[in-house]
Order: sequence, then C-alpha cells, then structure tokens
Amino acid sequence: MAINLKELSKKSIPLSAGHRACAGCGSIISIKLVLMAAEDPIVCTCATGCMEVVTTIFPFTAWKVPFIHNAFENAAATMSGIESAYVSLKRQGKISGNIKFIAFGGDGGTYDIGLQSLSGAMERGHDMLYVCYDNEAYMNTGIQRSGSTPRCAATSTSPVGRASQGKKQYPKDLTKIMLAHNIPYVAQASPHRWLDLMTKVRKALSIEGPKFINIISSCHRGWRVPVDNALDVCRVAVETCYWPLYEVENGVWKLNYTPKEKLPIVEWFKDQKRFAHLLKPENAALLSAIQAEVDRRWNELLQSCGGTKTS
Amino acid sequence: MNKVVALTGNEAAAEAMRQINPDVVAAYPITPQTELMHKFSDFVADAVVKTEMILVESEHSAMSACIGACAAGARVMTATSANGLAFMWEVVYIAASLRLPIVMTVVNRALSGPINIHCDHSDTMGCRDSGWIQLYGENPQEAYDNIIQAIRIAEHPDVRLPVMPTFDGFIISHTLERLEILSDEEVGKFIGAWKPVHPLLDIAHPVTYGPLDLQDYYFEHKKGQAEAMKRAKGVVLAVGKEYGALSGREYGFFEEYKTRDAEQIILCLGSASGTVKSVVDGLREKGRRTGVLKLRMFRPFPAEEILSAIGHAKSIAVLDRAEGFSGLGGPLFPEVRSALYGRSDAKVINYVYGLGGRDLSPEMILSVFDDLEEGRITDREAVHLGVRI
Repeated sequence: MAINLKELSKKSIPLSAGHRACAGCGSIISIKLVLMAAEDPIVCTCATGCMEVVTTIFPFTAWKVPFIHNAFENAAATMSGIESAYVSLKRQGKISGNIKFIAFGGDGGTYDIGLQSLSGAMERGHDMLYVCYDNEAYMNTGIQRSGSTPRCAATSTSPVGRASQGKKQYPKDLTKIMLAHNIPYVAQASPHRWLDLMTKVRKALSIEGPKFINIISSCHRGWRVPVDNALDVCRVAVETCYWPLYEVENGVWKLNYTPKEKLPIVEWFKDQKRFAHLLKPENAALLSAIQAEVDRRWNELLQSCGGTKTS
Repeated sequence: MNKVVALTGNEAAAEAMRQINPDVVAAYPITPQTELMHKFSDFVADAVVKTEMILVESEHSAMSACIGACAAGARVMTATSANGLAFMWEVVYIAASLRLPIVMTVVNRALSGPINIHCDHSDTMGCRDSGWIQLYGENPQEAYDNIIQAIRIAEHPDVRLPVMPTFDGFIISHTLERLEILSDEEVGKFIGAWKPVHPLLDIAHPVTYGPLDLQDYYFEHKKGQAEAMKRAKGVVLAVGKEYGALSGREYGFFEEYKTRDAEQIILCLGSASGTVKSVVDGLREKGRRTGVLKLRMFRPFPAEEILSAIGHAKSIAVLDRAEGFSGLGGPLFPEVRSALYGRSDAKVINYVYGLGGRDLSPEMILSVFDDLEEGRITDREAVHLGVRI
C-alpha cells in the first residue's frame, strides 16, 4: 500500500522520544522511518552499536515493539532464531497472526564483524528484513575505520598524519555482496528521501524471504559536519552518485533516482571535515582517483540498470 | 515403563531430544557431536518431531539463534563440542545472563591447539564461569537421563538458567551400550509444556531484551544470576528424585561409590569413574578401603555436600581431565580443596589425566590409590598421569 503523510500522521511512532541519540543523528532518523513503514506487527533486533546503546539504557527502553539486543556480530543469527521460533510455534498452532522481523546493524556490525552471520541468515532464506544503518565507521566506539569507511576519510584509526591521508582503501560494496546471495529484494536508500526509503521498506516487508536494505546515515561526530546537516549531507552523497538510490527486486535492477546534474565528489567532501585534507592542492591526485572510482561504480550501476526506466 | 535399548552416547542424546521434541534446534557440525545431529536431522526429515531446525553457518550463530528463538518463546536445544563451544563463548554468557533456559549438550573434546578430536574436559571447563548449570554423564544412560532432566531444571521458575549436559567424546559418544529409555508419553509428561516468560512474539506485551546495563544495575543483575544458580541446587535434587520415581534411576549432585568408610577416595567426572569403580572393587576385595565420588554437577558446585560425603577420608585424589595452566593443576582441584579447607583433615592432591583422549588405564588408577595410601605425594604440584615427559 502506498505511503502518504495523512496515513503517517495517524500512526504511532514505535520508537519513543527521550532516547539518547545525539541531536542531529542520521541513524535514528533512518531507524524511525523504517519502523514507521511497517504495517504488520514487528519484532526487532539490533547489533551492538550506537542505536542499541541510545535506545536501551536500563531501566529504560525506547522500543515500543518487542526488541532484543544480543551481541555485536549476530543480529542476523539472532533474528533467524526468532523467525524460526515463529515458524515453529505458528505451525503448531501456538500463535496466530502475522509478524514481520527486522534486524538492524551499523556498518561495523554488518560489513565487518557481522557479515558471516548476515550471509548465513540470507542464504538460509529466513523471512526477515535486515537494515544496515551505514554511518561509515565504528561511531559508537569512537570513530574507527570500518569496511564501509570511504577512502581517505580521517578516522581515529586511520588519521591523517605525515605518512597518512586517512583510510587507504575503498569501501567494499556490501549491497552487491548481498545481491550475490540471490535474495528477492536488495536496495540502497537515504533518509533525506524519506518516501523512497519507506516505500522500499514497505515493499521489502511485503516480500517473503530474506531482504536487505542499506541506508546511508550521517553521523556529525564522525563525519564532522554541523549538527543541523544530517539530511543534507546524505542528499549530497546521492547527488554526487557516491550513494546511488537503487533496488533489485527478483533480479530486476531499478535506479530510483538520477541526479539532474551529477555533482563532483568534492561537493560531498567539502562539507565534511573528515575529508578536509583532500581539498589541499597536494592531494589533487587522490581526489581525482576517488572521483574515477565513484564514476566507475556509478557507470557499472547504470549498466546494471540498463533498459529499466528510472524514477 | 523402561525399554531396554542399545545406543551410543550420541544416539541416546538424540533419542532424548526426539522425545523432548523442542520447538527449535540450531546446530553446526563438529566432531564428536556430529552423529547426534545426524540422528536428530533424520527425525526432522521424517517429521517425527515438530522442530524447526536452523542449520547455521557457525557455532556462534548456533547459540545466537538459540538465544533469539528462546527469547521469542520457543523451547530450544543445541549441541556442540570443543572449539565449537569456544567459538560461541561470548554468547554462552549472554544466554545465561538473559536467563534463557536453553539446553545444550556438549560432547566433551579437547580444545585446540594442537588440534585434537578426542576427549578431555578443557571445553566445558572453559565456560565454568559462564553461568550455565553443568551436568556430567558417565555413560549413554546418564547422557540420556541428564538431557531430559536438564529441560526441567532449566525451565524451573526458581532457576531459568541454561543447562549444559555433557558426556565424554568418543569414549561415550561413539560407544554402544545398553540403556533403558522412557516412553515418549512419560518424557512428555515429565518435562511438561513450556510456558515462556515474556516472549518476544507476544506482540501485545512488548519487552526489551538485552539492554545496556551500566554501573547502576549490572551488579544487581549478576547477583540475581548468582542467586538463581544457588537455587538450582534444590531444583536439581527435586528433579533428580522425581526422575528416580519415574525411571528407577535417581540422581543427585554426585554418586557415592563405596565412599562411606573409605580412607582413600578418588573424585572425578564422566566416563573415568567407571574405570575407577572397577579398580575400587578389586581393591576392596583385598581389604583396601577405597572409594570414588563421581561428581555429576560441577555448576553450581556442591561444596557442602562434597565435604559431607568425603571429608572423613584420609586422602583424596582429584582427577582433572583438563589442565588449568595455573601451575596448580586442573580446574576441579582448587574447588574441591576449597570445599574441604579447614573442615576436613583429608590430604587432597591433584592428578591431570587423559588429555586429548589419552587412555586412563586401571594401572594408572591403581598407582593413584597407592600414592594416596602410602602418602607418596607430598608436594602441592599436580601429577600428570601417563604423560611421557
């Protein structure tokens, strides 16, 4: 069913106010949008990380839906257990009604330490949606580099120094790794395009089987942007084609947004102090190498989406 | 009504699981536990159980899925060995702290390295402080009986802690023995229906599991866990007694074999006790007052009861099938000696034996009793039985 503001205005928010996310946190916006898109009752889990910490400081919880946090690397495995319990108990007639299952993890808990658990759960075909709120570093533990951190981003473990220009490697393409599992639905989204994000969540939840959505989610502490910039910095990531919005449903690729004018990557970098060193003239070569990689990935995506209509 | 069957330890454990008929089982292969799950997979394939089986990609995910499933409201079981248990170590603690009554059979195997697939207790001793109840079985009969009782103990409202029934890899897991099993109806009635507490799938009553617990509450929660562990003692005894009335095989914290008047006593776990018993029988014929205390429950540790049972001995040898690398021997020894400290005149010494599946021969046990009787071991260092260096 289509999502509209009238419907949303009547919906109770499954995450209460008073949680302890930073002002200007992109991740908590992403999570709230995901939760509000669900129509059926949901059970959630979240890997250890910012979102788990800020929503569940005992004796308080911000979750108005059933929630479990287990550990860092096992949100997907934990959800496989919950979903299997549901399948078993439902088959035995011990419970009734439809329940949907959503697992959350940051990029650390998803790209890195939780990748095996996620891969296993997707391969086994559990009926669940896994959502990665990707803020591109281990923000909860103090902004260390992850497998998602962009090349040259300064983090506390890939700082800029006399012999370092930040992270040395490009990030892995997790969305495509998930695609390689041949699951029915994979998408990338951004909270600044809330309707696109929520439509993807609703679509994902309507499909049986394992689904994965990767959501870029800014962190002003780690990205070093102004507190009021949470959504705009995500918008520029999309406008520069660093973070394309697309979905793959049953093997059919669809680009959900094409910038009117593809901005150079420096436009995304210039607002974020983690990339400040890249603006120096002596790093021009690095900047153009990164631009070339962004272009390469974008063109590859365009090819994959070839023949499909953009929307 | 008992039925006599011939089963290996793994088959006996699988049979117990079939009769328990859990809602969810998550498992990952590791020797020597594999056959147990092969057998149980057959039951699932033939739909003789209602179980939803999750064939995970690692032991860490096996326990993670068990935690999810149990919190969701399912009766949940798994099994593992050695490195598999070590790999899930983090979540083994979490299962206990969330007070989830998961039952995990551990088929004891030596921990790497060097890699070795045979029996010792280094795996389960490694998680002795994890908050799981541990029950060691001597033979396939006890493997079967312990698993059925484990469900009742774990789910008891005064306990609500996970339970780890164990038995020795290969020595028991792969050895065919005669045992008696209960009927499916008897097992079903004995364990009863599982009534989950605050299940995640109760959508109308949302709860949060696993919140961040800081300086102001963590300590209280750990104390609560410790108190539950203490309460488990009474429940283990009550369940063991009730099981005895049903099966004719009553269980307590340990088995006292000819210990009442014994001057020299060996205390050990698992399959070794069978061999020790036969040596004791031979020595008794020669008039030597020897005995064996076979410890069944290592967690919680029945210190007072051990003192009452063997405190009268002149000398006691604690046999550890794990090296503690403390310089003092194995992990069982300091606990037994602490239980007796200041309240018994018995001299307590430690032997480490059988690491990596090394046989424990009757001659070795005889040498231990000789050491005890003749007071040969005077220093406090553990003796490593049957090692070439």
